[in-house]
Amino acid sequence: MAVEHNPIREGYFGEFGGAFIPEMLRENVVTLASRYREILAEVGFRQELDALLRDYVGRPTPLYHARRLSEDLGVTIFLKREDLCHTGSHKLNNAIGQVLLARRLGRTRIIAETGAGQHGVATATACALLNLPCVVYMGRRDMERQAPNVARMRLLGAEVRSVTSGSETLKDATNEALRDWIANPADTHYVIGSVVGPHPFPSMVAAFQSVIGAEIETQFAAATGGDVPDAIVACVGGGSNAIGGFVRFLDNAQVRLIGAEAAGEGIATPCTAATLTLGRPGVLHGARTMLLQTNDGQIVEAHSISAGLDYPGVGPQHAHLHASGRAEYVAVTDRQALDAVKLLCRTEGIIPALESAHAIAALSLARFEPGVRVVLVLSGRGDKDLATYERELATPEAE
Amino acid sequence: MSQRFRDAVSNGRPLLSVYMTAGFPQLDDTVRLARTLQDAGADMLEIGMPFSDPVADGPVIQSASEVALENGMTIELLFRQLESLRSSVSIPVFLMGYWNPVMQFGPKRFVNDCMVAGVDGLILPDLPLEEYCATFQSDVERAGLAYAGMIAPSTSDSRVREIDSSVNGFLYAVSVSGVTGATGGFGEAQLSYFKRLSDLDLRNPVIVGFGIHDAPTFSGATAHSAGGIVGTAFIRHLREHGLDVSRMRNFLNSIRPAG
Ligand SMILES: Cc1ncc(COP(=O)(O)O)c(C=O)c1O
Repeated sequence: MAVEHNPIREGYFGEFGGAFIPEMLRENVVTLASRYREILAEVGFRQELDALLRDYVGRPTPLYHARRLSEDLGVTIFLKREDLCHTGSHKLNNAIGQVLLARRLGRTRIIAETGAGQHGVATATACALLNLPCVVYMGRRDMERQAPNVARMRLLGAEVRSVTSGSETLKDATNEALRDWIANPADTHYVIGSVVGPHPFPSMVAAFQSVIGAEIETQFAAATGGDVPDAIVACVGGGSNAIGGFVRFLDNAQVRLIGAEAAGEGIATPCTAATLTLGRPGVLHGARTMLLQTNDGQIVEAHSISAGLDYPGVGPQHAHLHASGRAEYVAVTDRQALDAVKLLCRTEGIIPALESAHAIAALSLARFEPGVRVVLVLSGRGDKDLATYERELATPEAE
Repeated sequence: MSQRFRDAVSNGRPLLSVYMTAGFPQLDDTVRLARTLQDAGADMLEIGMPFSDPVADGPVIQSASEVALENGMTIELLFRQLESLRSSVSIPVFLMGYWNPVMQFGPKRFVNDCMVAGVDGLILPDLPLEEYCATFQSDVERAGLAYAGMIAPSTSDSRVREIDSSVNGFLYAVSVSGVTGATGGFGEAQLSYFKRLSDLDLRNPVIVGFGIHDAPTFSGATAHSAGGIVGTAFIRHLREHGLDVSRMRNFLNSIRPAG
């Protein structure tokens, strides 16, 4: 017999995406897939979300013409200041949206995975605000690397569970969150932190992050008398801030879309997270996408100095945009990202997150035509990375 | 579908299927362990192909997979080991694993090698029915392999029927929503779920898995089904007592009393 209704095979971007989930999760995933669009379109839901984005998250975030950085790089750069969102990154756009949605679906418990801790902090924040219990899974190694964010989550009332399986990082935290969801399908919603996972998460998270691109469109037009940017540049871990910046411009081929993935110590070394540059198609965490893996199909550990980009997969929509050539992806090394941190600090007085610094470094690798005007999504601020910066970057006194 | 599997199911008493991980405890134990399990009284085997990210498994099977991978287990090597399977093992053998390693090996090549090795069927918990039907079923059925359709307590009756009519093999009824390795007993909810499945009068036999670890859970699971699968409890036994056949027989008898 043919399978008639096929919500699972609807969630494809070209050959990437889908919902490769055990039957135990099907009920939840199908409910989400069939309901989220209609809930997002409800006037009441939109009003509540928009009010929180404005009054609580601090939206719209500014689009700032970075003159000294522009001068230094020889192209006109505008920064989309997601670093000014409450909790310090774009992650809260998605976390607030999903926790509101979960409440609308009658879920009474929230779980999340986190790598750098930014998504964990955002989810813990949204849960405190909306009064829902929150469990965050985090790799044991990441808990050590990102200790201040662990403290923040706990202060916000979330329970942080240390994950000791596998490589003890983001990939394993995601496995553990999926296992929790399999065991608690009736009351729990899993707030995935990027445009990854089974359908409908990649589309749903993109919908919540599309506010970034919508604001860019309006603000850029206002700043330039009605123009559209020549390029959008963003870093890509799972790829949510990048998709958020890209979606509005996907159909306008005049706009170059450039993603910066983490090359770690370099794409010729095994210590890398450059999934699109080096990966092959496979299935992980519910989606068919590009993955760093062995010939035998075992997922390999990624490496990046930035915990938020340290993931061996990537959102399926990026895999498709890469395959179709609509977006370009450049691989940025740890060193290049650190140099970019310094550049932004010294030219603009803005300390970026390590993740966002990959996008800044990509500006020099993207070979822009003279005169172009570029919008860079500055996804987060660098407070969480201060220990790394102190260790890796010479201070003026030390120079 | 293989006669071996048909015979095992229609043998009269509830079938005891045992899960083992390929390449565990030692890399070369796969076929020796399969034969020992057969000698100890197992009616059917599920050989797990280890994966780095087994989301449907609890800590015990996760760690067996990790050891197997550290030992050097691969699908390529598994098929080399299985060349000698049918010289000593006559009970049905299913391969169980996650889709990515199969996808990388090549689905067509995979079913072909299964056929050559004398494997009877496949269990792929993260390949949903829709994907199976769209991309893999024709290869599986051309090779004459059985396929397990997974069912959870949340699966509606109409969905159970849809799965039942789409696969040829068995319905793998997951006892509780959860990963492998539960240690509690079965309550009313589970027992009535097993009964509900049996009342649906399905084409394929139902075999219950996840959480079966002693006589009460096995008999509860099989009162209304064709059999039960023991996984985590066996891996625990294996870790403690190794491949000793008489101890293994005692262990299996403690779950399904001999007779
Ligand atoms: C500041 C910041 N930017 C970017 C990312 C990467 O995520 P995504 O690619 O989904 O935007 C993270 C993840 O932790 C982050 O904290």
